[in-house]
Amino acid sequence: MKEIGLYLHIPFCRHKCLYCDFNSYEGREQEAARYIAAMLKELELYRNKHNLKYRTVYIGGGTPTVIHYALIRVVMERLQPDLLPGAEVSMECNPGTVTEESLNAYRRMGINRLSIGLQAWQQQLLRDIGRIHDAGTFVKSFGMARKAGFDNINVDLMFALPGQTQGMWEETLRAVAELGPEHLSCYSLKLEEGTRLHAMHQQGSLTLPDEEEDRRMYHSTAEILAGYGYHQYEISNYAREGRACLHNLVYWHNEEYLGLGAGSHSKLDGRRFWNYREPERYAGCVEAGSYPVEDGESISRAEDMWETAFLALRLNEGLSEADFEERYQASVDCIYGAKINKLKVCGLLEKKNGFVRLTAKGRDLSNLVFVELM
Amino acid sequence: MASDRQKHIRNFCIIAHIDHGKSTLADRLIEKTGVISEREMQEQVLDNMDLERERGITIKLQSVRLSYKAKDGQEYMFNLIDTPGHVDFTYEVSRSLAACEGAIVVVDATQGIEAQTLANVYLALDNNLELYPVINKIDLPSADPEFVKKEIEDVIGLDSANAALISAKDGINIEEVLEGVVQYIPCPKGDEEKPLKALIFDSLYDSYKGVIAYIRVIDGILKPGMRMRMMQNGKEYDVVEVGTFRPNMFPGNILMAGEVGYVTASIKNVKDIHVGDTITDAENPCTEALPGYRKVTSMVYCGIYPADGADYDNLRDALEKLQLNDAALLFEPETSVALGFGFRSGFLGLLHMEIIQERLEREFDLNLVTTAPSVIYHVIKTNGEKLEVSNPTNMPAPQEIDFMEEPIVKATIMTPTEYVGAIMDLCQNRRGIFKDMQYMEEKRAILNYELPLNEIIYDFFDALKSRTKGYASFDYELMGYEKSELVKLDIMLNGETVDALSFIVHKDKAYARGRAIAEKLKDVIPRQMFEIPIQAAVGQKIIARETVRALRKDVLAKCYGGDITRKKKLLEKQKEGKKRMRQVGSVELPQEAFMSVLKLND
Repeated sequence: MKEIGLYLHIPFCRHKCLYCDFNSYEGREQEAARYIAAMLKELELYRNKHNLKYRTVYIGGGTPTVIHYALIRVVMERLQPDLLPGAEVSMECNPGTVTEESLNAYRRMGINRLSIGLQAWQQQLLRDIGRIHDAGTFVKSFGMARKAGFDNINVDLMFALPGQTQGMWEETLRAVAELGPEHLSCYSLKLEEGTRLHAMHQQGSLTLPDEEEDRRMYHSTAEILAGYGYHQYEISNYAREGRACLHNLVYWHNEEYLGLGAGSHSKLDGRRFWNYREPERYAGCVEAGSYPVEDGESISRAEDMWETAFLALRLNEGLSEADFEERYQASVDCIYGAKINKLKVCGLLEKKNGFVRLTAKGRDLSNLVFVELM
Repeated sequence: MASDRQKHIRNFCIIAHIDHGKSTLADRLIEKTGVISEREMQEQVLDNMDLERERGITIKLQSVRLSYKAKDGQEYMFNLIDTPGHVDFTYEVSRSLAACEGAIVVVDATQGIEAQTLANVYLALDNNLELYPVINKIDLPSADPEFVKKEIEDVIGLDSANAALISAKDGINIEEVLEGVVQYIPCPKGDEEKPLKALIFDSLYDSYKGVIAYIRVIDGILKPGMRMRMMQNGKEYDVVEVGTFRPNMFPGNILMAGEVGYVTASIKNVKDIHVGDTITDAENPCTEALPGYRKVTSMVYCGIYPADGADYDNLRDALEKLQLNDAALLFEPETSVALGFGFRSGFLGLLHMEIIQERLEREFDLNLVTTAPSVIYHVIKTNGEKLEVSNPTNMPAPQEIDFMEEPIVKATIMTPTEYVGAIMDLCQNRRGIFKDMQYMEEKRAILNYELPLNEIIYDFFDALKSRTKGYASFDYELMGYEKSELVKLDIMLNGETVDALSFIVHKDKAYARGRAIAEKLKDVIPRQMFEIPIQAAVGQKIIARETVRALRKDVLAKCYGGDITRKKKLLEKQKEGKKRMRQVGSVELPQEAFMSVLKLND
């Protein structure tokens, strides 16, 4: 038996945001029933071959809440026997896509953590990135979630948005922190190729905060949130004590996980592999009785070491030298000693109490660190 | 005195300007004479280096033997020796010419005579070759064969009454060319009874056969089992194999006076074979060697370094291998503070340099860093000592220099008259001295300029092409050295001089160049953890300054389960980019930085 994490992908959205490069599709919710059926079948395929138990479950998207909650419930019911006691079960949702009824249903079916995509507090900023809700809707949804019994809630925010000022960002942080969610994710906007926002930027029709402003917003985030009792535990994540997202820690600790659904990635038995992205292709494949895996790669010992190192370094806690040595029967120093020393001299890394971690400057330039260790 | 056998031999080459259809005509001649079937025929058989095919130019000379049954009923043996067209390869051209009795001069019916054609025609005349004019591309609507005929008579002074009007592309009138070769190109007049005398006009190294010498037998015979002697160093070898090119090597029993072919003799060391040397019979040697060739003069030098220092030995091996077949390539070890161990290499010209760099990267899979090209400067020191400097690092301190000299070339530019003004402007910017101008007909002119070589080795050709919509053509030859006010321009990054970025420039141009380079470097140097000041200096004086701002952010905001594979790819790519960087002091420099000093627009 293996105790791992499980990711479920729901690739539907009411409206695709301008910055979004995820595997999501607007206006295809009518395919949801067939899609969920395929996902159940995919679960069976793995059940027949592996003995997997789940410590964490994460239902992501897309927007899982745009399909009927009954469809999610079927999946949760089927999963029940494989869930370990006390498993964290998270689901993403967007403001305005939930009701009292649906939230109660989600809570009852075993979902115990919600992640709400707010992104920004200001109406204009939201509109400019293609979000269809406003702050008021968010507050309402948040309140309903609390009322339905969700005592573990994350709010997703973004900074360095077009037209965003330092003041707007601080206003957003404070407004959300006042509401008191257990967890916040704060991402610097990244213009991904192929997104509408990227195209707009290419045409020169966007005014984006420059690198200096981006960093000012980033540095102020940890500072402001600390005042509300949140500590930063990953490059973009902040939580109250004991409320870090267990599912995401599976990734950052480079542990095993299974991903079901279109475009989902898995790490299992020394391999990373991923499913077909297109929902119909994915479903068709599962319906025909085969694994919907598009491709994959084996991970060598050296690659695995590097992945372990770079993922752990994303965490404020850093890379535990003891854990590394236990895992690979080789010390961190023996593998990365010289490189770590070089990065220490540059002021990007520090070594303390058996952990190697990024400095504040290292968090701004973490790619330089990861590339050096490669 | 030519034997009856030799009366049926024709040794010739084709000279033409680039794109005038030399290779296509060669292909047609090969096709018509049936050496290889049409099906086997790969386009442009003679250009067999990948690079030659891609660039549509001939670099190394190639040779092929054809048999042709002429209208007089007789069977003729043709040896067609291909020649490179580009100005950089004048030396190679003269090698092929020495093995021939005549040359076909191909002129494009739509373009007329170009500078390269003229330069090569002069070379052919120097070698006492018979010239046979052929006007190509008559199928094109803009073809004006009558005009071109007149031009051939006016400019070259060649009777064009018998010029063949052809289209090599469509295979029109190819027969006429073959007949023309029989009729107008003289047969060889050697004596097979005399002691062996053969000219080595090229060589090639083959890992099975050892050195393969391409030869033209002037007198006597050469066959396997004979003992041959190299006249230059007296070394002797037993002949293992002789043969001809059809177009691949085709072993035979004998090569006789007047014939072109190859010889192998298990020669392991390429340095024992000198192109231009004379081979004779060790048992019955001839008394006098053939005149040989003038020594190649490398005009352009640059530093070539392995991007990865561990590749130093591989780079040396690769250069040695290329040198086997390219006597014009020179190299010797040098070291640079910025780039480590590498080689100062000498080339015929800029194209030659680019081709060698490309071959090193492509054929030997080497990742290179090259420095800006330089010419050889003469430095006369105050103590009377005279130095030749091709590496700016070796330039003495200003107070030790009495004066300096730089190489000057005589440049010939042919152009449609409407661009004369633009060309004059360009030449003036490049410190050119106008000599004279001749009009051909009314539409075209020949401009003669004296230009410093260091002004044309960077991008003169590109600038000329862009100012004349590609219509002007250009050729040059070294005239000599002239006194010049030259200074060394240094580039400092983060306060440290980067030796590999220094170069020598005329005093009047130092300021503008320094500023342009600083600006260019600002664009090509990626931002790093700290701010990088870029300074250009002449001696102690800073003449330009730019700054590369510090990198403030290089981070992936999101990295979850589905991102890891993709983010890993991104970081791997970043790592690859970093590998192509050179650590120079505290600064990481991309390889293109070292070439940026020459890619400046003006």
